[in-house]
Amino acid sequence: MSAPRPTTGSPATRLLGGLSLAGLVLLLGYALWWSPADVVQKDSVRIMYVHVPTAIMAFTACGITTLASAMWLRRRSEGWWVLGGAAAEVGIVFTAACLVTGSIWGRPTWGTYWDWDPRITSTTLLFIMLVGYLALRRIDNESGNAAQRGMRAAIVGLLLFPNVMIVHYSVDWWRSLHQTATITRLDPSIEGTMLFTLMLGIAVFGLVFAWMLIHRFRVGWLEERVGATGLDAALLERRAEAGVAGGAR
Amino acid sequence: MFRDAGLVAGKDLRIELRSRVTLQQVLPFAVLVLILFGVALDPDRGILTRASAGLFWVAVLFCALLAIQRAFTIEAADGGRDALRLSGLEPGGIFLGKAMAIAAQLTAVEALLAVGVVIMYGTEVTGVPLLVATCVAATAGMAAAGTLYGVLAAGLRVRETLLPILLLPVLSPVLIGATKAFEAALGGVAADGWPWCGLLLTFALLYLTFGTLAFGTLLEES
Repeated sequence: MSAPRPTTGSPATRLLGGLSLAGLVLLLGYALWWSPADVVQKDSVRIMYVHVPTAIMAFTACGITTLASAMWLRRRSEGWWVLGGAAAEVGIVFTAACLVTGSIWGRPTWGTYWDWDPRITSTTLLFIMLVGYLALRRIDNESGNAAQRGMRAAIVGLLLFPNVMIVHYSVDWWRSLHQTATITRLDPSIEGTMLFTLMLGIAVFGLVFAWMLIHRFRVGWLEERVGATGLDAALLERRAEAGVAGGAR
Repeated sequence: MFRDAGLVAGKDLRIELRSRVTLQQVLPFAVLVLILFGVALDPDRGILTRASAGLFWVAVLFCALLAIQRAFTIEAADGGRDALRLSGLEPGGIFLGKAMAIAAQLTAVEALLAVGVVIMYGTEVTGVPLLVATCVAATAGMAAAGTLYGVLAAGLRVRETLLPILLLPVLSPVLIGATKAFEAALGGVAADGWPWCGLLLTFALLYLTFGTLAFGTLLEES
């Protein structure tokens, strides 16, 4: 193991962070000034450039957690375990951002912060599933030995993405039956600067997501190390202290 | 495997018959939930009759939580879990057996709730084949997913609070499907309800398959 660094940053993640920051500034420019207002939704369409990317990242995070859980079940390696938790935590942030931005958008567009729209409903359920998964992970981390640990969380993690899909489609089906025409969120014939801004948004939030995920992964990895070496280090330290005290006497 | 399932289900149901927890606690709770809905929603305006499909299934869900908790509490006592591991029964069989026992109890709950809804909410029963098929499929799905998540939460200090947050979002498709199918049956257009019944059946089969395959690892390692 290399000497511990005081930061979870590395040249690569600093570059990634810098790119994310620059991208966010560029996105802000496009989203607020350089892209035109929508014909129907007027200026409120601009929140879509944040809302849609956060939604995509939230579902991506879920997929990563499921993948990491499956890989952990196969390989039982620490890296996959840490990755599953890191992706779920970052995913929760993006899910919350997606819900909040959607709600803010819904107010001027639908006249209400909450509507029983299929996507709001299933995203909220996704949020609760992620909370449940992380709660179980925390318990798993505290109880049992290293070999037992993770089994429960891994199974829940493995089922996370399939469950999200089942919930998503059933809710979709449920609401589509007797709902009057929903205002389409984005004009299907979206083009030009608006399409570019949306794509830019997805790319930039992809960078932000990757940056957060890598840092969270590294913090998680260090947490594991502390768990493994913390006691030994404390014992050594205590012994050294006792040795010094004994020498002085 | 199915013989093992029968043994485990028989054991669980025998325990329930002797301890009378389902009879004296879960079933009265089901009736209580119906009364609480009646108190919370205005009983005079026909809301209860119109919402009876959804209220019925929410009540079933609550009772399912109790039945699932109970199914794993009985294993926690006297090292029952270790005994199950040592018994040499097939893990898939144990899973199916536990699920069957839960399903049997839920069926009793549903029968009682159906009578309750008819008497207390004034719901008229129509489309009986669809109602029965929905009950079978939804119960199987709830029991399968419930057994899987139940064993995940079993043995943890926080299991009572953890199980609902893990299980209820997962069961939301069952609630949706069963409610829509019931609404279709009670509204007289049974044809609209059968696709929902199909959704419930798919859900049940998915969880039964996954549970049968994964239960061994779970029982061994968690």
